[in-house]
Amino acid sequence: MCTVCGCHAIDHDHDHDHDHDHDHDHDHDHDHDRTEGGHHHRLINLEKNILDSNNHYARHNRALFNKKNILALNLVSSPGAGKTTLLVNTLEKLKSSCAIKVIEGDQQTSFDAEKIRATGVPAVQINTGKGCHLEAHGVGHALEELHLAQHDLLFIENVGNLVCPAEFDLGEQNKVLILSVTEGEDKALKYPHIFHAASLLLISKIDLLPYVDFDLQQCIHYARQVNPAIEILPLSSKTGEGMVAWFAWLERARQNLVRVV
Amino acid sequence: MHELSLCETILSILEECAQQEHFSQVTGVHLLLGDLSCVEADALRFCFDAIKPDTLAQQATLIIEQVPGRARCKSCGQDVVIQSYIDNCSYCQSADLDIVAGDQMQIKFLEVC
Repeated sequence: MCTVCGCHAIDHDHDHDHDHDHDHDHDHDHDHDRTEGGHHHRLINLEKNILDSNNHYARHNRALFNKKNILALNLVSSPGAGKTTLLVNTLEKLKSSCAIKVIEGDQQTSFDAEKIRATGVPAVQINTGKGCHLEAHGVGHALEELHLAQHDLLFIENVGNLVCPAEFDLGEQNKVLILSVTEGEDKALKYPHIFHAASLLLISKIDLLPYVDFDLQQCIHYARQVNPAIEILPLSSKTGEGMVAWFAWLERARQNLVRVV
Repeated sequence: MHELSLCETILSILEECAQQEHFSQVTGVHLLLGDLSCVEADALRFCFDAIKPDTLAQQATLIIEQVPGRARCKSCGQDVVIQSYIDNCSYCQSADLDIVAGDQMQIKFLEVC
């Protein structure tokens, strides 16, 4: 009996009825090329990354951003951290000084894209259905609809989720992670992948600090324990506190893009 | 639950491979899963079993080999094994680590017939 898959090999005929070019050498000490009831059992050495396909589309998106000198940011957070409100306030401030486009990701509804369009900024809504994150392929199709121009600023608001978006490259230059003070300061230790993947952490809703048990310094300490290079900006979309530093970060990122190109 | 979408991707890879390599059934899918990948092996098995009926993988078992996370400490230069991104260097306790291995999700080989 084959010890790998448990099949009962009754014949050791090594002939095949088709042409193929893979070899039958394996790095273990028995042969798996067997026949059972006329079926050939064999091993195929694949060594294929499961995310290859997504990464292929992400490279395609990235090439487009580079060609057009576009700063593309992937906004990630848990649901309700304030991504859309932050984005709307950011658009209101910056839309007169630069061309901005937005991709909105949610499982259902186009509420968020409608809020963005109300500011006058073009937005495409992606509904992922049962999907818990955006993938590079869908983002690529949304980019076709947006007709990006040179030097556009692109925000991709991911599905609210602190787990899954960490693994899926969309082609963006940076992941910007938003964590609200109502969520607790220990999220970096509970969801380290997304903190590791992000370049910038925006700690949002700091106007609520007097009303919640949230240790800002501890939050910063935990975030840097997971990702020592992460930049951190506390802010409030409601009061405007800290927003100037966020706008300055965006401007710096766009300038760096020009220098790199 | 991105494990479901990963399993759908695995199925697509199997279907593509079946055309190239001329097989009709997969009996085993051997995966390398890094400890630093954002994937739970049990959730992956659960999702795979949920989507495999009526596909070429309906008789397939997912065999998962976990690969430890490895990093090089930027402070002291030592190579260290880590279980998670929250781990520090075991020599100097620095959190400043370059990940070297252990974030992969790879189909290593297939058993087919």
